[in-house]
Amino acid sequence: MAVSRTEVWQGGTVVASRPLTPEIRRIEIEVDDPAPVSPGAHIDVRLTIAGERDRRSYSIVDATDEGRRIALSIYTSPVSRGGAAVMNALAPGDRLELTQPLNDFPLRPGADRYVLIAGGVGITAMVGMAASLRARGADYRLLYAGRSRPLMAYVDDLREAHGERLRLHVRDENSSLVVPELVDGIEPGTEVYVCGPIRLMDAIRREWMKRNRPIADLRMETFGNSGWFDAQEFTVRIPASGIEARVRPNQSMLEALEAAGAEMMWDCRKGECGLCEVRVLGLSGDIDHRDVFYSERQKDARSKMCCCVSRVVAPADGAAVVEIVTS
Amino acid sequence: MPETVTAKLLDHPRNAWYVAAWDHEVGRKKILARTVAGRPLALYRTEDGRAVALADACWHRLAPLSQGTLMGPEDIRCPYHGITYDSRGRCTSMPAQETINPSALVPSFPVVDRYRYVWVWVGDPALADPDLIPDMHQMTDAAWTGDGLTIHAPCNYQLILDNLMDLTHEEFVHSSSIGQKELSESEFVTSHTDTTVTVERWMHDIEAPPFWLKNMRDKFPGFSGRVDRWQIIHFEAPSTICIDVGVAKAGTGAPEGDRSQGVNGYVMNTITPETARSSHYFWSFQRNYRLDSQLITTQLRDGVHGVFGEDEAMLAAQQAAIDANPDYEFYSLNIDAGGMWVRRILERMLLAEGRDHAPAPRRGAQLVR
Ligand code: FES
Ligand code: FES
Ligand SMILES: [Fe+2]
Repeated sequence: MAVSRTEVWQGGTVVASRPLTPEIRRIEIEVDDPAPVSPGAHIDVRLTIAGERDRRSYSIVDATDEGRRIALSIYTSPVSRGGAAVMNALAPGDRLELTQPLNDFPLRPGADRYVLIAGGVGITAMVGMAASLRARGADYRLLYAGRSRPLMAYVDDLREAHGERLRLHVRDENSSLVVPELVDGIEPGTEVYVCGPIRLMDAIRREWMKRNRPIADLRMETFGNSGWFDAQEFTVRIPASGIEARVRPNQSMLEALEAAGAEMMWDCRKGECGLCEVRVLGLSGDIDHRDVFYSERQKDARSKMCCCVSRVVAPADGAAVVEIVTS
Repeated sequence: MPETVTAKLLDHPRNAWYVAAWDHEVGRKKILARTVAGRPLALYRTEDGRAVALADACWHRLAPLSQGTLMGPEDIRCPYHGITYDSRGRCTSMPAQETINPSALVPSFPVVDRYRYVWVWVGDPALADPDLIPDMHQMTDAAWTGDGLTIHAPCNYQLILDNLMDLTHEEFVHSSSIGQKELSESEFVTSHTDTTVTVERWMHDIEAPPFWLKNMRDKFPGFSGRVDRWQIIHFEAPSTICIDVGVAKAGTGAPEGDRSQGVNGYVMNTITPETARSSHYFWSFQRNYRLDSQLITTQLRDGVHGVFGEDEAMLAAQQAAIDANPDYEFYSLNIDAGGMWVRRILERMLLAEGRDHAPAPRRGAQLVR
């Protein structure tokens, strides 16, 4: 599967916008310069958030007509960094700037079997993959985990399209995904695609490694915006340069440090590359590692963090503070 | 719909199987670097003999994987910083870290080993159906034997297809071996389907040209006399042309189907676009008589190699003239019927892929000389 890494920017017009769940909204865009949409593809959008130009990535849920009309699902998390609010405010007729489809998470044809695992809004990346596998007559299962049914988008459509191949795991209904059981049940030769919160991805990866399964069979799409704990405000200090910043819940530590004048290095800004690593000198509270860069051993050591996604949570009896050294 | 003006050069379909290499060129001793339909590939085999085609550019800093090393049963290691990938292009280890970046991978292209070739599909992998590989069964059928070579032709692939679809050029380009005036004097019949074109020509009761006289004498020692000669050119989209050629003693019934008093060969050609102006031209000459003679196999291969050298020189000269005269058009003759049907099929394939049919003009083409 070819991986498209060339960004081609274009314009698009919003043609529809409606809520799917209280937290997820579906937005359909007619693009000026259509390009084929491969399963797993996303687009990047340029947004003005709080007066600043920024970009956000959204998976393409489905597309019609050779990619002329694409649909996104926008998830408003309680700690959204502002992108969702801007996207949700879009109405038919509005113009926006977006890339042609990009793909870091391509579905590879030709595996013996597939298991697709979606947690929450991670389902947006899986809808197209599942449709493509079904069209090809592949052997696949689609597992969709969520908190409660009203919060889970696309359930009816997926049930209709995939019948028994779809399995729902709903926490409120006591049918939560049991990860060790899940991993035990995956036969060798199966390719696994996961998209969802970091907890889910970490748990699957941990069980996977424990069993010495080939790491190349496990594919993950990271959003870098979910953690083990709710995001809260904390303080970061760089004693060497005297910089101190408050990191708001809807802001990353990297953003806060940059705003405070620290010169930072980074590349992916989604917890994959490790370039934004900072060393931890002192800590009041705990680190909420939200990256996929560090191993479990490294995360347990609490000595470094990827500041583009990871955060600090307060101890029971005090304020959350981290003192760091930047590279 | 296709334009009425004949495109001088054609872009190539991407959703197609192209030959990347002879099967023996792809192995574990060295990784083969070859560009197929504009895609640089690193080709190798796994320990259990499966051919693999990965993009020849590492995910990290795009270093060519073809300069890397094969590791374990199926992995390839980048020559620059040592990232390893499996045969699917998935990263299996990264230097200096305990985890793997989940987006690390290089594209891996569908591959099929068939008819002594390694075929690669660089288009949409979901469409890569092995049943679409053109029929070249004479390459492996026990009733046939032969050998061939590859020409790296400095021209657009379409010029080679034109060359093979109209063999009247033999009279002028190959005058010392297979050319004769009867080629342009005899009638030909063209037929086509959605994906194939056939041009058939018979020359009755003629002198055998030198190449064919030698073949007749290999099968019928001491043969002399007149022959009936045939050429049945069969194109299969996008770029495979198998030509049924031969001569038989004149009047012994070859046109009616009895070829026992003659010699029959198949010129198997499959053309792989490399860039808009270069092609890999894989050919082989297969015969169905004196199967056990390596002498004849080698003589035929070398003989055809000489003949094709004359084509190669003409194709290079033609491409240079096209580039040097960007304002001149192509015109057509009656003899171009086969080649024009080939263009029609290719233009439809390109339209189906949502693409215009002309390749991008070469940068600075207008400024050349
Ligand atoms: S910038 Fe890549 S992990 Fe933070
Ligand atoms: S370029 Fe391949 S590992 Fe760096
Ligand atoms: Fe020729």
